[in-house]
Amino acid sequence: MFSLENITNTIYIWLNSTFHPTLALTFEFVIVGTLAIGLFAILGLGLVYMERKVAAVMQIRLGPNRVGPKGIFQTTADTLKLVMKEGLTPEGSDKFLFNLAPFIVMIAAMLILAPIAFAKGFQMWDINIGVLYVSAVSSISVIGILMAGWASNNKYSLLGAMRSGAQIVSYELSAGLSIISIIVLTGSLQFSEIIASQQNGWWIFKGHIPVIISFVIFIIAATAETNRAPFDLAEAESELTAGFHTEYSGMKFALFFLAEYINIFIVCAIGATLFLGGWMPFHIGNWTSFNHIMDFIPSSIWFFGKIFALIFLIMWFRWTFPRLRVDQLLNLEWKYLLPIGMFNLLLMTLMAIMGWHF
Amino acid sequence: MYKETEIITEQGTPNDEGDMVINIGPQHPSTHGVLQLVVTLNGETIKKVEPHLGYIHRSIEKMCESLSYRQFIYVTSRMDYLSSHINNHGCALCVEKGMQIEVPPRAKVIRLLMDELTRIASHELWWGAMAMDLGAFTPFFLAFRERETITDIMEDTCGARLTMNYIVPGGVMAELHPDFQKRVKAFIKLFREKADQYNELVTGNIIFQNRMKKVGVLSKEDAISYGCTGPTARGSGVRCDIRKLYPYEVYDQLKFEEIIETGCDSFARYLVRVKEMYQSISIIEQLIDNIPEGDFQAKTKAVLKLPKGEFYTRVETARGEFGVYIISEGATTPYRIKFRSPGFSNLSALDHMARGSKIGDLVAMMGTLDLVIPDIDR
Repeated sequence: MFSLENITNTIYIWLNSTFHPTLALTFEFVIVGTLAIGLFAILGLGLVYMERKVAAVMQIRLGPNRVGPKGIFQTTADTLKLVMKEGLTPEGSDKFLFNLAPFIVMIAAMLILAPIAFAKGFQMWDINIGVLYVSAVSSISVIGILMAGWASNNKYSLLGAMRSGAQIVSYELSAGLSIISIIVLTGSLQFSEIIASQQNGWWIFKGHIPVIISFVIFIIAATAETNRAPFDLAEAESELTAGFHTEYSGMKFALFFLAEYINIFIVCAIGATLFLGGWMPFHIGNWTSFNHIMDFIPSSIWFFGKIFALIFLIMWFRWTFPRLRVDQLLNLEWKYLLPIGMFNLLLMTLMAIMGWHF
Repeated sequence: MYKETEIITEQGTPNDEGDMVINIGPQHPSTHGVLQLVVTLNGETIKKVEPHLGYIHRSIEKMCESLSYRQFIYVTSRMDYLSSHINNHGCALCVEKGMQIEVPPRAKVIRLLMDELTRIASHELWWGAMAMDLGAFTPFFLAFRERETITDIMEDTCGARLTMNYIVPGGVMAELHPDFQKRVKAFIKLFREKADQYNELVTGNIIFQNRMKKVGVLSKEDAISYGCTGPTARGSGVRCDIRKLYPYEVYDQLKFEEIIETGCDSFARYLVRVKEMYQSISIIEQLIDNIPEGDFQAKTKAVLKLPKGEFYTRVETARGEFGVYIISEGATTPYRIKFRSPGFSNLSALDHMARGSKIGDLVAMMGTLDLVIPDIDR
């Protein structure tokens, strides 16, 4: 059965036999780095196009359909336009922080890609604290946002950045609690072990009710963390107070914009890995022949399929619901999601101890 | 120079520590038109809202002094362009009152049909724009799909899609298009199907309800004292539907209800408009099969001359009471025309409603007031 493992193994063996080990390692870094950046760029283009087409379908219209066949080069054209725009640094702004902020947000997004397993054997860094690492690094992007708001020298940007910061920090708690609920079942923070534990079925089916509650809370928290509707007051407040990236233009704005879509991809990837089995195909217990048939579909297709299903769900939310006011948003988190999450964690622990899961 | 600049600087100065004055508009992303709001904020709470008008003042009332009685009606379509038929109707009624013209029954029914279709179209656009202001982008496209059906029907008969100058003193300008009845009946069926879907999507959605309930409370006494009319006042329990209180044309022979809600908040005003759409559809249903035969326009002189005197009529537009007051000196052009616009009085209640709310609520409030700025500025 075709597997990306063969390719990676072949390249690894060839490199180590031809070159000195340190040189081989350097070459590996270069190849993996290029692939990661390439993935970023293609994902960014693809997701923006997907968003526009999904929005169009829900609004009974066509979406981009002129640039390229079915409009697939629309995002390329938009990116070229953004690159050619003048990148203006406002007077009176803190130049160093202003220029650094988009990079911090981008770097945080890239760092999280490291422990994610894209396919069987296709993982950059299988660290033993995988999930903890992801949680920790995703908090770094908040610093970038606050930096952008402060360094713009604009009171509206500052307000927007403060609001956005408060929102992200609050919802990280709920996301963290729902992640912990899964860790209670798997017993390990390492991504490869979490996926391996779903060999006989995804956690969302094995852990029935508490895991479904966790999943719902995770999706809500993920939508809020990435500043997507219905929690997008930081961006759409441009009616009254402008968002944190208002003073940015040109390539710096493109970096913020791209980082937002990559963040959506990342939270969906985490969700897919923890709740839906990552690259593990859909297995049912020990029905070996059924599982064998499912294995024919390559694992990378399973993984990306699950992620795009979740991304579609998040985009669906955006085009259906209106947005919440800031106090309603924080109310929802601190008075409802957090208590439910904590209670769910207790329930999950009980289930794990008693062995009530499959 | 203008004393006005001094007034602006005086009123716009923050009074206490920590007050911030921000400027919303005249160009907003929301679809209300060119309205400038100078908002004094303390943190997130609004302390004062001052609307600055006049960005689209086109001296319509002064222009009418040099236009004949047949000509001035065309300018009024451009005031509240979403209820253009109803505006024209008001002006035509005033001229007919002055000249004692008797309108044939066929024309009366056609006028009412056009009025109610316009009311539905205006409320559809309001609904889409309101949902968009609150952050849901899809209802805007859905609402426009219905509105397109109505404007297509009007285009066949009246020749225009937005500023239809069809209702003239004496009746209507031209005969109905032969397909009119068929298309309106098809529209009635379509509307009834879709309206329930829309109610599910928007009215029943808990996020919408939380954004609109308890937001922008306007008590009954305040609504009356600010002179609010239309759905703005009916959401606070005030009975002010001109179609019931001072019926014109054949409204007194039709069966429909005046929608009153006592919630006094934005959600009540929202519900009033949504239910009014259903009432309008039932009025159209009662009329569409019973259009009497006959002339569509009474025989009038080519040049109209109102006798010396003052005449006032009022009609119910989608926004409230629209009044036309003509002072005539017996010439072919009026001496002075004054239009009582519903939006102007509704907007004056905004400051009262907004004090103490958050910025995010301001948008919801403006949405439920259903402002059309060219109507306010004339």
